[in-house]
Amino acid sequence: MAAKKSKSKHMRTPAGGGAAASSVSAAKRKLYRSGVVDHRLGASALQEIAERVLKLSHADETEVDISVVSDALTRFANNTIHQSVAEQLVQVSVRAVDAGRTARASTNKTDEASLRRTVETALDLARCLPRNRGLLPMVGKQKYVKVERFFEETAAATPELRARAVAKVCKFAAKQKQTAAGIFSSGMVETALANSSGLFAHYEQTRSEFSVTFLETDSSGWAKSNSPRISEIDPEALAARASQKSQASRAPREVKPGHYTAILEPAAVLDLVGFLFYDFAGTAVADQRSCLTGRMGKKLFGDNISIWDDVTHPMQLGAPFDGEGLPRQKVALVESGVPRNLVYSRATAQKMKAKPTGHGFALPNEYGEAPMNLVFAGGDSSVDDMVRSTERGILATRVWYIREVDPYEKVLTGMTRDGTFLVEDGRIVGGIRNFRFNQSVVEMLSKVEMLGPAVRVAGEESFEMVVPAMKVRDFHFSEVTKF
Amino acid sequence: MQDWANWAIDTAKQRGATYADARVMDIRQRDLSTKNGEIGTLAESESLGIGIRVVASGAWGFASTDRLTRDGIETCAAQAVSIARASALAKIKNVQMAPVQAYVDTWQNPYIKDPFRIPIERQLDLLLAADKEMRKVKGVTVAEGSMSFRRIEQFFASSIGSAIHQVKVQSGAGIVATSFKDKEIQKRSYPNSFGGQHMLQGYELVEAMDLAGNAPRVAEEAVALHSAIQCPEGTQTIILGSSQLGLQIHESVGHPIELDRVLGMEANFAGMSFLTVDKLRNLRYASDIVNVVADARLEHGPGLGTFGYDDEGVRAQCTPVITAGPFTGYLSNRETALDIGENSSNGTMRTESWNRLPMIRMTNISLLPGTSKYDDMIADTDDAILMETNRSWSIDDRRYHFQFSTEIGWEIKNGKKGRMIKNPSYSGITTEFWSSCDAICGPEDWTLWGTPNCGKGQPMQTMGTGHGASPARFRNIKVGVAFSH
Repeated sequence: MAAKKSKSKHMRTPAGGGAAASSVSAAKRKLYRSGVVDHRLGASALQEIAERVLKLSHADETEVDISVVSDALTRFANNTIHQSVAEQLVQVSVRAVDAGRTARASTNKTDEASLRRTVETALDLARCLPRNRGLLPMVGKQKYVKVERFFEETAAATPELRARAVAKVCKFAAKQKQTAAGIFSSGMVETALANSSGLFAHYEQTRSEFSVTFLETDSSGWAKSNSPRISEIDPEALAARASQKSQASRAPREVKPGHYTAILEPAAVLDLVGFLFYDFAGTAVADQRSCLTGRMGKKLFGDNISIWDDVTHPMQLGAPFDGEGLPRQKVALVESGVPRNLVYSRATAQKMKAKPTGHGFALPNEYGEAPMNLVFAGGDSSVDDMVRSTERGILATRVWYIREVDPYEKVLTGMTRDGTFLVEDGRIVGGIRNFRFNQSVVEMLSKVEMLGPAVRVAGEESFEMVVPAMKVRDFHFSEVTKF
Repeated sequence: MQDWANWAIDTAKQRGATYADARVMDIRQRDLSTKNGEIGTLAESESLGIGIRVVASGAWGFASTDRLTRDGIETCAAQAVSIARASALAKIKNVQMAPVQAYVDTWQNPYIKDPFRIPIERQLDLLLAADKEMRKVKGVTVAEGSMSFRRIEQFFASSIGSAIHQVKVQSGAGIVATSFKDKEIQKRSYPNSFGGQHMLQGYELVEAMDLAGNAPRVAEEAVALHSAIQCPEGTQTIILGSSQLGLQIHESVGHPIELDRVLGMEANFAGMSFLTVDKLRNLRYASDIVNVVADARLEHGPGLGTFGYDDEGVRAQCTPVITAGPFTGYLSNRETALDIGENSSNGTMRTESWNRLPMIRMTNISLLPGTSKYDDMIADTDDAILMETNRSWSIDDRRYHFQFSTEIGWEIKNGKKGRMIKNPSYSGITTEFWSSCDAICGPEDWTLWGTPNCGKGQPMQTMGTGHGASPARFRNIKVGVAFSH
């Protein structure tokens, strides 16, 4: 039996919008029409929305998380722009606590009725739950390290600015008899977290990213960069790099799979070590599904591996507070190959008799926490140094479609992509067909022979981190594909 | 909704757009999860907004907003036109689209029980009952369960006169038992991994799963895997359970046939495809018992790829993809259809939400049932590994070389199911793999699986896709490489 068509109940009249919409000035409207992405409402406007929500609530405790997002992205392929998009949204998420129970409801409507309904939904959901004896009271007012990560130049970027840069790259590709594909994006996010215990945290950040692939009949090359400052993105330099990679990997030969010395460029390192991040969560260790279960304090990686989580690092981004409003602390996760510390939300810290580190996810959740601002210690070797010192090895630009095969030994499988080279007698001798690998990251980090300087890197499989290029011995390339 | 869409299209046309469409989407979501007897997540969300797509100066532009006042929508439409004009700065040719009929219609998937009207307490009780059963088994270290429900009401209008209202209600649930012992983490999921089974159905889907009834078996198998024999390394016959085969279809048939990927539009991110346009109707993709369709129609089943109309107003269709072995059809949209000489789209443009541009996505990409009986297929197999429930999956960016591992395997020796095998894995080249298929079970073992987490596009979009499959047998497959280090 089909359910009744509920057309009337959920159809909305054209009256939505609310405070956020009505506050847009004529000048701003003109800018929005031209495609500029700065849609910030400002701390005081977000505080006003938060106070409206808190006043509407009859819960024992109430938390409100507001996000304002404005992003634009120009996408190109076959040397032409084929997609160009922009989005703008406001989300209000409310967590209510009633007699030791908590739940969350979210909306993207900021009119009074919608906010009231969202508050009531959160409270109604909470009342459906059994009491949670581990639920802690909300945190009060906090102090955060000041970080400056909003840049007007990025917020003012227009579709024309992105299109002109893309047009230059496409023209260059055509001149080289190559084909370019990629993206150029710019945007901003503004968030506020407030609660009925007096917390108010506000953060704003811009972002921009350029990623490019150059293609030829039997080869390809790739380069990518991102930054909160759009002026730090150099599309032409990235295009030149991708173009050179593609040229250098023409006519790829097939090399037998096996264990090789691998020279991993920073993007390849990022997408492999990125799979470690949740293993440093207290909850993952408590649940015995971290590769660090039973291994804390023991030598696990090489002496040259040290890892921190540090939101204030100059090459890092992100809010200096966590999902509950606690300040994110710098945590030394691995020191000279020995896992020393985990990160903890407040509830996990209480369970594990540890101190919270300010890495908790927004409640309620079953995952607890995770370090989101990983920084690896680097070295002083360049990729060229690594190549020069290698008798026979594989240089990988980028890895792709990585999945976990063995969660405790952290064996990952995946493919190389867009620039894989054979190195012999200290020089790159040419491109090779792409390999599949099955490699333990734990083992990999105990066999790192050389490290490059740690740099901010953007990949595809992991969020951005600060990592170095690595030269690794005995990397297991298990099979080869047809290109 | 209709007024909002019309304001958008009128504004776009006034500003010079030669084509415009608008999607108003109102999305409601409920997520519940439990872990080791406690509530993990309990959350509801709603999201309402409009996405406006235009062609101006011969190029595409798209803008979206949740400011649903007349002024907010008109500003957004103007922005879409501005973006299109900027896109024209790097234009090689004008956008052209295959024609489509203007439809004025309403469509809704049938369901019996509205999941949002089922009391939360009842949904949590069901998850907690399964959780309790799993934790009764000694050796289970984490017991988890989850449910998710989604209701999407959308209104599509276009400058050619379409006005299509659709409502889709989707449900999903699953449980997982994890066991850590002696430096080894093993897990078993039911009815499928990565969130269980998901369909375009109501709460009746969840009730029919019998999560609590299956929980003890799932938990016992997770623990028993520690003492199972390791998957051997070598070349041999494998039999894939239907959910694993569903993911195999997704990765090695569904993605390669996306025409935007074939034409290079995903080259920077999701990758391209070995199925270059010269291969249409010229490549033997599979053995002659293999038939695959892309079918978005309700008569195929209530899959996550089922709808009345796609997100550029093209009616749901069935396209033969592999017909008794040869490759016979791509997934196309109004723009790419022209690139392969077709005069119409086969209706696969889909969007995750109002703030995302529709793109070519899988609908229900299904392996049609064969003629084998499951017991007969096992009895007819001398030496094989039966592999069930996906654990990891990876494939190269042209969709040639893949590697999958499953949660559990079983020896098949002399026509009988034997010892349990842990860490099963297999790998191969797509067309070689499908060409080695020599038995497919019939309709009685066929299930339309839902994959709720298919990622594609920049900005990334997550889409639900459907994959019908019954267990099937493949000869001379490489096994065990994943753990051969």
